[in-house]
Amino acid sequence: MTATPFPAPDAKRRRWLGATALAGAAVLTGCGVRASDRRLRFWAMGREGEVAPALLAGFRAEHPEIDLHIEQLPWTAAHEKLLTAFAGDATPDVAQMGNTWLPEMAALGALEPLDDWLERTPALQAGDHFDGIWQANRIDHVMRGLPWYVDTRLLFYRRDLLARAGFAQVPTNWAGWTAAMRAMQTEVPHPMLLPVNEYEPLLAFALQQDEPLLRDGGRWGHFAGTGFQRALRFYMDLFSQGLAPDITNNQIANLWQEFGRGSFAFYLSGPWNIGEFRSRLPGQQSRWTTAALPGPAGPGASIAGGASLVMFRRSRRKPEAWALIEYLSRPAVQLQFFQLTGNLPPRRATWAFEPLRSDPQVRAFAEQLERVRPAPAVPEWERIAQEMQLFAARAVHEHADPLRVGQALDARVDDILAKRRWMLDRATRAGASA
Amino acid sequence: MSRPGLAAWAFVLPAVSVIGLFFGVPVVAGLLLSLTDFDLYALADLHNLRFVGLANYVHVLQMPLFWRALGNTAYFVVLGVPLSIGLSLLSAVLLQSRLARFKPLWRTALFAPVVTTLVAVAVIWRYLFHVRYGWVNHLLGFAGLGPIDWLGDPHWSMPTIILFAAWKNFGGNMIIFIAALQAIPEDLYEAARLDGARAWAQFRHVTLPLLAPTTLMVSILTVAGYFQLFAEPYVMTQGGPLQSTVSVLYMMYEEGFRWWNLGQASAVAVLLFLIIIAVTRVLMALARKAGAA
Repeated sequence: MTATPFPAPDAKRRRWLGATALAGAAVLTGCGVRASDRRLRFWAMGREGEVAPALLAGFRAEHPEIDLHIEQLPWTAAHEKLLTAFAGDATPDVAQMGNTWLPEMAALGALEPLDDWLERTPALQAGDHFDGIWQANRIDHVMRGLPWYVDTRLLFYRRDLLARAGFAQVPTNWAGWTAAMRAMQTEVPHPMLLPVNEYEPLLAFALQQDEPLLRDGGRWGHFAGTGFQRALRFYMDLFSQGLAPDITNNQIANLWQEFGRGSFAFYLSGPWNIGEFRSRLPGQQSRWTTAALPGPAGPGASIAGGASLVMFRRSRRKPEAWALIEYLSRPAVQLQFFQLTGNLPPRRATWAFEPLRSDPQVRAFAEQLERVRPAPAVPEWERIAQEMQLFAARAVHEHADPLRVGQALDARVDDILAKRRWMLDRATRAGASA
Repeated sequence: MSRPGLAAWAFVLPAVSVIGLFFGVPVVAGLLLSLTDFDLYALADLHNLRFVGLANYVHVLQMPLFWRALGNTAYFVVLGVPLSIGLSLLSAVLLQSRLARFKPLWRTALFAPVVTTLVAVAVIWRYLFHVRYGWVNHLLGFAGLGPIDWLGDPHWSMPTIILFAAWKNFGGNMIIFIAALQAIPEDLYEAARLDGARAWAQFRHVTLPLLAPTTLMVSILTVAGYFQLFAEPYVMTQGGPLQSTVSVLYMMYEEGFRWWNLGQASAVAVLLFLIIIAVTRVLMALARKAGAA
């Protein structure tokens, strides 16, 4: 939290600092700092940054001629740090990057296209990667990143509570799933925890629909369309039927303890929570497991999240940078990475190893990963997702009409996308006149 | 130009050029930036920059979040400034009282929050105000009052921030009040006592009127400072819950450095600047009227 590029200044200097920072950002685009050193710089975030030195010991032994520098960034500051690094011409050679940030950095022209590099590396092929994750890295038909680890959302659930309600496993469609939850309500009043400040669950329901979230090549919002409307209605019904309480994740003091106690039986979460539930609920391991997400009619899709490795266009050590990316993508290294962090590998070849192959709680992720879909690849997506959740949370709170919410959200999103439309239209006009 | 005039200019030139370079140029650049749609796309390629006139201002004024942020900031100022100044005045008067013992110790202790690092104390406050493990709720529990979700409940988050800011800042104004109190001649109090004034009457009719210029200055500085609320919500709540602690400056920061809409962020900054000027003007006018009356 302290490591922000703009540390909180004292009261009197604030306005001055604000003004200079704004002007500085404009000036910085023109001039830059020339780093003429021979280091290969790799930026990694959060936990991944912590384990990177151990993970890359093998790379250093293999390439003694490369002077590798690993720099750790906290996740909270990573996004701002990447943008300011671009503005200040101080981007590293290789970085870890959440795959929802790729469209933004690609729009900036900061990222090296990886297609040529991939072509020269037969060991790294699209077919071995989960398709949805691979697609999340293709921005306008160009590979901008190579998946490093994958992240998706599925159900963590209390199998004992579900069994007592008469269900051996989680039904695979929405209707069956809600019926199961209603049957549990006598014992667990709110069977599902669905924090209203997390956008991933609603996004997952929305990605299960056949209609896209943005229409006309990402020019306009499509939240009043039938696809999103179906997802939003389902989401809001979970609250109005009392299946989920209207709370944020800040209001849950200890989520794992409450899950162990049986305060709720379903929770939509990602791979990191497997490790958390194991270490925090000792002696209760047989009571919970994971299941792929139910869909509107049969097994449903989920989010193609995760982080990728990118090479920056301004890097002057691209062959070395590619060697690093290639090393980190080897199945053996990915397995080591999984053991260090619990992050799930994006390549099916890695999933053939133990313990990934037969661990039932992890296995559900392999099943889900075959059915993941990327979010719309527009630079504005992160902001749109935030707005979507803000509108949805308010709608849940006020029992609003879903269609009205969708229309209001569309207006807001169209506003966010205004500049993008202008850019696209200008490109078409230029293409027509040329 | 006359020779003395030239000499004078030569003397002030270094200072003026430094101010011009590090204050004038950025301010003008910020103003110009607010008339463009500088954003992520313009960062990639300056050909994507458009001059949009006052469109940013119109847009910002139509954003519900701006009005919400302004409302939050006004809430903070209206409650926070009197609370903060009241605390300063109270502690200054108590410290000046002849009954007070260990004055230097108290003065240091009360001034300490001003010089501590905001981020460090904010972390401690977050613990104190934690809904389950915080001491504040523990104490309330002894009094039989239910636990309050200080930072998680949209109704309580801003009052908590106000308490925090008032505690953090009152020491500075306290020192100024102490200095002003020491400048009040003792014989005025003696005269008041001879006229039969008790402690409250002395405070009301001697101390307060003589502190008026100081109070005006302190209020203007505090109002201007409190309108620029940023660090407290940034560290304690990140603007949440439900945007209840988004201040104008926090909104500017998000627009500018999170979403990289520097054009709109500059417009917010300019609007905030105008608001602060207008409010301080009103304060001065009120003070002048009160002085004339």
